[in-house]
Amino acid sequence: MMELERWGPSKFLPTSRLLIVLAFVSCLSCVFVAGRSADGYTINGRVKIPTGAGAKGFGLLGKISDVKVILNGGQKVTFLRPDGYFSFYNVPAGTHLIEVAAIGYFFSPVRVDVSARNPGKVQAALTENRRGLIELVLEPLREEQYYEIREPFSIMSVVKSPMGLMMGFMLIVVFLMPKLVENMDPEEMRRAQEEMRSQGVPSLSSLLPSAARN
Amino acid sequence: MAARILAVFLLLFLSAAPLGSSLYEDQVGLMDWHQKYIGKVKHAVFHTQRSGRKRVVVSTEENVIASLDLRHGDIFWRRVLGANDVVDAIDVALGKFVITLSSDGSTIRAWNLPDGLMVWETFIRGSKSSKSLLLSGTNSKVDKDNTILAFGEGCLVAVSSADGEVLWKKDFADASFEVQQIIQSPGRDVVYVLGFVGSSSFDAYQINGKNGEVMHHDTASFAGGFSGNTLLVSDDVLVALDAAMSHLITISFQGGGLSINEKPISNLVGDFAGPVEILALKLGRMFALKANKLITFISISNDGKLDVLEKINSAAAISDALSVSDGRHAVGLVQQVDNKVEFTVKLGNDWNTNLLKETINMDHQRGFVRKVFINNYIRTDRSHGFRALVVMEDHSLLLVQQGEIVWGREDGLASILDVTTSELPVEKDGVSVSKVEQNLFEWLKGHILKLKGTLMLASPEDMVVIQGMRLKSSEKSKMTRDHNGFRKLLIVLTRGGKLFALHTGDGRIIWSRLLESLRKSEACEHPTGLRIYTWQVPHHHAMDENPSVLVVGRCQQNLDAPGILSFVDAYTGSEIKSVGPVHSVLQVIPLPFTDSTEQRLHLLIDAKQRVHLYPRSREALSIFQQERSNIYWYSVEADKSIIRGYAIKRTCVHEDAGDYCFEPRDLWSVVFPGKSEKIVSTVTQKLNEVVHTQAKVMAEQELMYKYISKNLLFVATASPKASHEIGSAIPDESFLVVYLIDTITGRILQRMTHQGCQAPVHAVFSENWVVYHYFNLRAHRYEMSVIEIYDQSRADNKDVLKLVVGKHNLTSPTSSYSRPEVVAKSQSYFFTHSVKAITVTLTAKGITSKQLLIGTISDQVLALDKRYLDPRRSLNPSQAEKEEGVIPLTDSLPIIPQSYVTHALKVEGLRGIVTVPAKLESTTLVFSYGVDIFFTRLAPSRTYDSLTEDFSYALLLITIVALIAAIFVTWVWSERKELQEKWR
Repeated sequence: MMELERWGPSKFLPTSRLLIVLAFVSCLSCVFVAGRSADGYTINGRVKIPTGAGAKGFGLLGKISDVKVILNGGQKVTFLRPDGYFSFYNVPAGTHLIEVAAIGYFFSPVRVDVSARNPGKVQAALTENRRGLIELVLEPLREEQYYEIREPFSIMSVVKSPMGLMMGFMLIVVFLMPKLVENMDPEEMRRAQEEMRSQGVPSLSSLLPSAARN
Repeated sequence: MAARILAVFLLLFLSAAPLGSSLYEDQVGLMDWHQKYIGKVKHAVFHTQRSGRKRVVVSTEENVIASLDLRHGDIFWRRVLGANDVVDAIDVALGKFVITLSSDGSTIRAWNLPDGLMVWETFIRGSKSSKSLLLSGTNSKVDKDNTILAFGEGCLVAVSSADGEVLWKKDFADASFEVQQIIQSPGRDVVYVLGFVGSSSFDAYQINGKNGEVMHHDTASFAGGFSGNTLLVSDDVLVALDAAMSHLITISFQGGGLSINEKPISNLVGDFAGPVEILALKLGRMFALKANKLITFISISNDGKLDVLEKINSAAAISDALSVSDGRHAVGLVQQVDNKVEFTVKLGNDWNTNLLKETINMDHQRGFVRKVFINNYIRTDRSHGFRALVVMEDHSLLLVQQGEIVWGREDGLASILDVTTSELPVEKDGVSVSKVEQNLFEWLKGHILKLKGTLMLASPEDMVVIQGMRLKSSEKSKMTRDHNGFRKLLIVLTRGGKLFALHTGDGRIIWSRLLESLRKSEACEHPTGLRIYTWQVPHHHAMDENPSVLVVGRCQQNLDAPGILSFVDAYTGSEIKSVGPVHSVLQVIPLPFTDSTEQRLHLLIDAKQRVHLYPRSREALSIFQQERSNIYWYSVEADKSIIRGYAIKRTCVHEDAGDYCFEPRDLWSVVFPGKSEKIVSTVTQKLNEVVHTQAKVMAEQELMYKYISKNLLFVATASPKASHEIGSAIPDESFLVVYLIDTITGRILQRMTHQGCQAPVHAVFSENWVVYHYFNLRAHRYEMSVIEIYDQSRADNKDVLKLVVGKHNLTSPTSSYSRPEVVAKSQSYFFTHSVKAITVTLTAKGITSKQLLIGTISDQVLALDKRYLDPRRSLNPSQAEKEEGVIPLTDSLPIIPQSYVTHALKVEGLRGIVTVPAKLESTTLVFSYGVDIFFTRLAPSRTYDSLTEDFSYALLLITIVALIAAIFVTWVWSERKELQEKWR
């Protein structure tokens, strides 16, 4: 009835990742069979999470034991066996939805048609991109990075910050303004200074309504 | 006013910033906290081998299987099964697998003991429902070929424990055969299956343990009939009760036949009344009988004679018998004596000697002992020591060893029913100067470190110190109110009847209290808590008064059961007053009125739709009488597909508290065609929501007035086929209809049909819009739709001239009776995930843009900007629309991983999300609960009104210092230059 891959007990020890990888490689036969029992079918499938290929691997992102496979929005929940396979038992004929919940990966939900007329015939398609699946092997569409990546320290970020801008402006005033003054004609300069002296230094009080002066 | 304009300006300025808030990895734990729980423990199996870590494997009422560290109570690993996948039994096989039997005995799973990886899974398909039993033969030797016997759905199955292969299966298809026990004989490979046929006949099957063949079948009949549980006393004796519950029946089934004996219970326990219960001890030729509020221990001698060993008070918990050494069995007993707990371990064969007797001080807020599991260890002097895992009334889990509580877990928090918040007290004393001086050096050091951090000069050790400093900042865990309103008390009501107050800063428990009125009593057999409301918030000048909350409970599960009310002080947790059992409580309506002591008026609606006013005071009544004509409410009868509206008619005629009770007057009813539409979801706005602007400025300088009414109800109905789970309906026969109904007049403002769509519907209603999530069968994807409602009758108030002259109707009151012309805009999008809960962020003034908080099926909380759900989105937005922030239309809503507010964490078993506004307008507090609890602080439009946590004050200081220095330097320069000028 159910076509399940049987492994020796030693292979179930999850301590060796190598064995799991071996299991991935050696099992290419299609396990996407709906076995029929009394009034329901069995959906068998496999979740394949790329090991090693991702920058972080299993260690930081979710472990295989934390992966849940969910049928029809929570009607049934199952977990992955060490080789990545999962099964839903006693599923009635109809069109179902399988979702994979794994921290660190984005999986597309899968539409699975279990046909009542042709027992054992099952069709599956990813709902996100409408891609049909020949066998029920679910792979993440992408990795999910939950944190912003801090940009490394750069001088530009300091310069661009409000404080940096303030400093920059100050430096300009300190070093460039005297240069501007230097290039002025000394005659003109003197005239301007005299003009200023005759007017008096403009102060805040002079700008205000001249009530105080009277 | 200026500040508000500034805020609006800032908001507009910031709306150009990327959507959603996100987090750097080193900010985890700064604003958020996460606590892991497991729930009330049902079964526990110890695994305490000499080598390796000592652990206890537990299964709980939240369908969690967990492996706990026996030394500290930490979780090694934890698996949360589906909601329908109730764990029936657990055991440890081969010393390395945890075996669980779940889903009414139909699923057997093996989990790797060290890390919780599922090793194998076997499904048993039986023919009928039955008791589920698991026998894994833990006592037998490991090197033997280990088979697990499981009984479920009327089938006995032998499963190889190594790989889950079914070795043989025996189906007891006979419908009347009710299996009670299975026993495996230790020496010979014989399995006994024992049960009742009908009510008066007892059957025993002997089955070959190697191949499942029936070797022998015995039947014996008993005229009195059987009732209740059977239990096994030893390998060959069963004890049961007769149908009248007056006699004890012992059945011995080995030695070539069945023999039944009966004995009146009154001979053993004396005269008794009420129900009798047999408590299993599993081993050791003895059992316990619970009758007359006493537990009687009875032993059976080899010739079937019953002897009373001891009678104890029933406020005790008994463990299963534990095989100690050479055939001796020990039983653990935990009794409550005042505030203390007595833990006794007795030997089965020698009842009078206590192997152990310890007295433990126990916080009486934990209530009675509910369950106890014992485990033995060999002390250094080769004597036996015992430890006990105790489950208390408040669902907490304690490990007791050597007269002390080694650790405790507050697992009541795994089953939160409702949440409310309370402000902390105002800080009374000013900060003393000495404290500041003392901390000045520390403060400077901290900031220099932080500066190093920002300049990326810090060594890894420094980074650790910085991180620790940020997490520990005492500022966030103070017990006083803060200026920004981040520090609050979260008051949660749990299923165990316990209230907890959690500090939002770090999640620690401030107080916890087992509510006396929510405990089992004569008047109230099965009390459960329902909801919790803010009852009294004293004015902040009234320093000596504490706020209080109202807890509403119910005596039984059914809706018309009497209700219980309890008023609890929010700062101390003491129960101020409790009322009940009173009238039934269907609905609680907090009114927007308070009396002179700031107690909020609440209306409690009972099963007959009568209204009861609380608080019961003359003053409250007079306030209520003034507003009585403005009070309307509605009821949703989902089973009959009717929504009814009511108003108050007159005071009750046949009620004791007549003055505070009012009879309803039917106003309107909306009857949905029951055969084609079933109500699947109803949602209203949150009462405490604040709406800032009534109008929305569209592109092209158009103005739309939001239709804002607190009296709108969103109702979703589905065709009968479409109201079940996904997978059972086909698109042609399923449709979903959504309505917006005014609850004052019953007028349907909007009706929309979604063909080929089905339940479950999750919806959220805020301001003038509603967003709902449902399943589209044609596309076979989830969809989210938004409906926004605008008031057309105010639409012609666009003319500025009219506004200036005063010829507008903006100040005229809005009434449901005025039949406003509304216009609704709607749009739908695909959404990838299933949804468990959905809510919207609330802020103090409602200025900040909104985010939807979506609890996904993977137990994460996703923040989705409301701007993605805007009916004005189009494929090519005009330039004006783009400037306004309208996002080009896409067929599905984006899922940006950085906008998961739970970041890389999961809130296992997510059930609800609560948002509370902080005082700071930009910020909202989010609390999500399930088996885990998670709290964080969100700023949907970024924190535009305050500096962020990682703002470097030191850098600011240094800049200021540098500027001052520069001023002096330039001053000196200019002086010198001026002098030179003068000398020239």
